Amino acid sequence: MAYIQYYKVLGLDKSATEAEIKKAYRKLARKYHPDVNPGDMEAEEKFKQLNEANEVLSNPENRKKYDKYGKDWQHAEAYEQAEKQRGQYANAGGGSRAQYSGGFEEGDFSDFFSSMFGGAGGGGFRGGGRQAQFRGQDFNATLELDLRDVYEKHKRTLTVNGKNIRLTIPAGVENGQTIKISGYGGEGMNGGPNGDLYLEFAIRNNTTFKRDGANLYKTVKVDLYTAVLGGELVVDTFDGSVKLQIAPETPSGKQVKLKGKGFPVYKKEGQFGDLYITYEIEMPTNLSAQERELFAQLAKLRAS
Amino acid sequence: MNSIEFIPIPHLCKQYRIEETFITELHEKGVLQLKIVEKTYCLHQDYMPVFEKIMRIHDDLHINIEGIDVILNLLDKIEELNNQLKKTQNRLRLYE
Repeated sequence: MAYIQYYKVLGLDKSATEAEIKKAYRKLARKYHPDVNPGDMEAEEKFKQLNEANEVLSNPENRKKYDKYGKDWQHAEAYEQAEKQRGQYANAGGGSRAQYSGGFEEGDFSDFFSSMFGGAGGGGFRGGGRQAQFRGQDFNATLELDLRDVYEKHKRTLTVNGKNIRLTIPAGVENGQTIKISGYGGEGMNGGPNGDLYLEFAIRNNTTFKRDGANLYKTVKVDLYTAVLGGELVVDTFDGSVKLQIAPETPSGKQVKLKGKGFPVYKKEGQFGDLYITYEIEMPTNLSAQERELFAQLAKLRAS
Repeated sequence: MNSIEFIPIPHLCKQYRIEETFITELHEKGVLQLKIVEKTYCLHQDYMPVFEKIMRIHDDLHINIEGIDVILNLLDKIEELNNQLKKTQNRLRLYE
């Protein structure tokens, strides 16, 4: 458990006045408040530290205790006991209230704080209380799936905060896409509505296909002779294979579109994107003397 | 699951310990959409997350309604840009 330099968190020194603490806290809170920094975990963490620093430094009793013991906070309790015995009980940990809500709960304070001041300083948080009293809390979760999993619509059971939720995952879900599942967050209180569950999809692509929305892309190798003379090539699609006719004199990098052989279009059942195949001509290697001779003849023919 | 759809403003004010005038002002200034159900102003439960966000920004950061409106508009813009960024990052994988 590390000692936290609350003055440093607020960018102040030990001589800061009450007004300076308030000003610094409010300024930094406007910068790091989670509602104005959506999805920014660093800002959220910083905001928690600010709240904690303010909880300690804006409360004269807490500040006194913090200043008194500083780095020796681990022995604070023993010192306190000794002082109490001497009849000089210091009323630390009094019931101050945090200025900012942001949906935080007691658990958001550091172990250092809990150890020195006990819980949330006795006052609790305004916002945490307010949120818990009516609408349920929103939950956020990430669901990791393979690309193959989202090729077809399927059912899945998730466990979020100990509750099992049966979901139908639509085909064609995108990587990074978030869906809201209404009413599957925390339970509402006093007749309030439940919170919502925000589910973000993290799609792993372990296939040889590259995806752009509903379109798929794949590069296939074509040997030189087939590319020059033409021929047939069997190519894997996402759900099977197709036989392609390679036109004579096909250049490297040529792209062909296989209509409807791509990925399912999200929430448009039966509709598929396209599959784009790019040919990469493979050069023959380790030529025999005879092959080299024949290529030389071809080169001469081309030059004449 | 709870099936409340429209929450009467007086009830909301009681739960959140706020004045009704604050919510009606939000409505009048176009920041929060209310609906009249059985002669009472109500908030659709889909707007509850934004209502709570408004309350936090107002209480925590001491920002007035006009300022809240600006913040909400900017947050919408950030969300839109983040979505575009995600799409672009997904497209970039084509070239990896």
